[in-house]
Amino acid sequence: MKLSYQIKKDWKRNRSLYFIMIPVLIFYILFHYKPMYGAIIAFKEYSPALGVTGSPWVGFANFTRFFKSVYFIRLIRNTILLSVYNLILGFPAPIILALLLNEVRNKKFKSITQTVTYLPHFISLIVVTGMLTDFSMTTGLFNDVITMFGGKSSPLLQDPKLYRSIYVLSSIWQEVGWGSIIYLSALAGVDSQLYEAAQIDGAGKWKQLIHVTLPAIAPVIVIMFILKMGSLMNMGYEKTILLYNPSTYETADIISSYIYRIGLLEQDWSYSTAIGLFNSAINFGLLLFTNRMSKRYSETSLW
Amino acid sequence: MKVKKSKGERAFSVFNYIFLTLLIVLCLYPVWYVAVASFSNSNLLTQHTGLLIKPVGWSIDAYKKVFKNPMIGRGYLNTLFILVVGVFLDLIMTSLGAYFLSRKRVMFKRPIMLLIVFTMFFSGGMIPFYLNLKDLRMTNSLWGLIVPFMISTYNLIILRTSFESIPESLIEAAQIDGASHITILMQIVIPLSKAILAVMVLYYGVSIWNSWFWASAIIRTREMYPLQVILREILMQNDVSSMTAGSSALDTEAIGMTIKYATIIVATVPILCVYPFLQKHFTKGTMIGAVKE
Repeated sequence: MKLSYQIKKDWKRNRSLYFIMIPVLIFYILFHYKPMYGAIIAFKEYSPALGVTGSPWVGFANFTRFFKSVYFIRLIRNTILLSVYNLILGFPAPIILALLLNEVRNKKFKSITQTVTYLPHFISLIVVTGMLTDFSMTTGLFNDVITMFGGKSSPLLQDPKLYRSIYVLSSIWQEVGWGSIIYLSALAGVDSQLYEAAQIDGAGKWKQLIHVTLPAIAPVIVIMFILKMGSLMNMGYEKTILLYNPSTYETADIISSYIYRIGLLEQDWSYSTAIGLFNSAINFGLLLFTNRMSKRYSETSLW
Repeated sequence: MKVKKSKGERAFSVFNYIFLTLLIVLCLYPVWYVAVASFSNSNLLTQHTGLLIKPVGWSIDAYKKVFKNPMIGRGYLNTLFILVVGVFLDLIMTSLGAYFLSRKRVMFKRPIMLLIVFTMFFSGGMIPFYLNLKDLRMTNSLWGLIVPFMISTYNLIILRTSFESIPESLIEAAQIDGASHITILMQIVIPLSKAILAVMVLYYGVSIWNSWFWASAIIRTREMYPLQVILREILMQNDVSSMTAGSSALDTEAIGMTIKYATIIVATVPILCVYPFLQKHFTKGTMIGAVKE
């Protein structure tokens, strides 16, 4: 009785508010939850004629097909390696840049550096990868620089060994400045009295960094790290699709780009959905895991 | 209080300035190279090795060819349409959601919030999303690039956080005067949130400007391609044939290069010109986003 009374009271009070939410709810149902429901074709043999509900169930057949596939190990390895490489180099880079910028006393120089390092973020991915492709050709800019230093020119993007480095370094180039903003704002919020107190205690710059600055911005770092971990297996397919080619598949092909080829290009709907679902589940698990670890050890968490 | 810098600190300071200057060069040079190369003579450019500081042999042939290509103008128009209509709808939908989620004492707010946040971390994946668009008959239409992407949950949360900071007393006073929620949203909340809405315009605008994947997946008619998809054809798939008609094979390859560079400039300069003025707003948005809920 009590609950229904509460609902009635809430409805009376907030009815018009719920009406406002209707279009938003429809949006989420139609473009988020309906596809989530559609993902059950991972357990079916989907045929467009029969539709999602009408297609016959096949249990875990699509999953076992993936686990037994020759590509399975390669895809998992490539995804993890690219991610980890990206995390190890790409995660600290904006933090370091923010710390360095924070030490710049010349305001004008600081703002110029910020504006210029943000710039690559505004160049579209298509253009960035287009530039990379051109620069990597035997006559391109990268090879010109390599030969300048006495190296031999080669088609860099055809080399599976170089692929990950090109991918990760260009991502850092594009995002390091932009990524530093959030840390800069955290740094701006550090109480200057803490530094003064540290100085009186005889702490040099390095000691101040370790004992004042880093602890102060640690919560932001942790949150960003959790978010990054949550997308560890979720490496963006867009850049991969633009940058790889059959000669670099060996190191370049990741789960999401494989889903794209098998699903959208070869139209093996159920199989590609199963791979996607497997990937999503692992991702979600990683996020929960990191969040839990973080809650336990640093008392910072997403929720 | 001013403390005299130690030797080590001075050395660090010098190193810091040198390092950051190098970083500036590293960020700017590739863009400069493309600009300079686009104004170069195509034959001289292919022979040239080493860094380019200024154009080798001045020529604007590439630009003439780029501007003669009807697809680029077409792409710009399509992108502009998606941009204007899309950003408008995005703002409306995001404001509605953010307003609801910023209200207090609403019974079903928490479960709804959970339902929304969950989509940030789990999704059905690329293929079910695509099949769903097909199911809704949204393929091969510019609306299919607008409607399914109206709300970015990340932006929704930023906007909600900002709406929450509007004094509750203002809204309660309006409610006592008999104002409906829509009126309160339109006449009180939105006018008070112009700054953050500007940030939203920029966030949505940039993401629409950059998007290409779903366009390439669902648009079949070439005339509907947004600019980025046209760029992809020209830059990645080396499709400069429409612009090099009438040249010999060797010339085609040479001029193909400068055409690519000129295309990059034509497609990038508008954004690069605007962004230094908007940078302040962008920065602000990131900071609001960083505030933990």
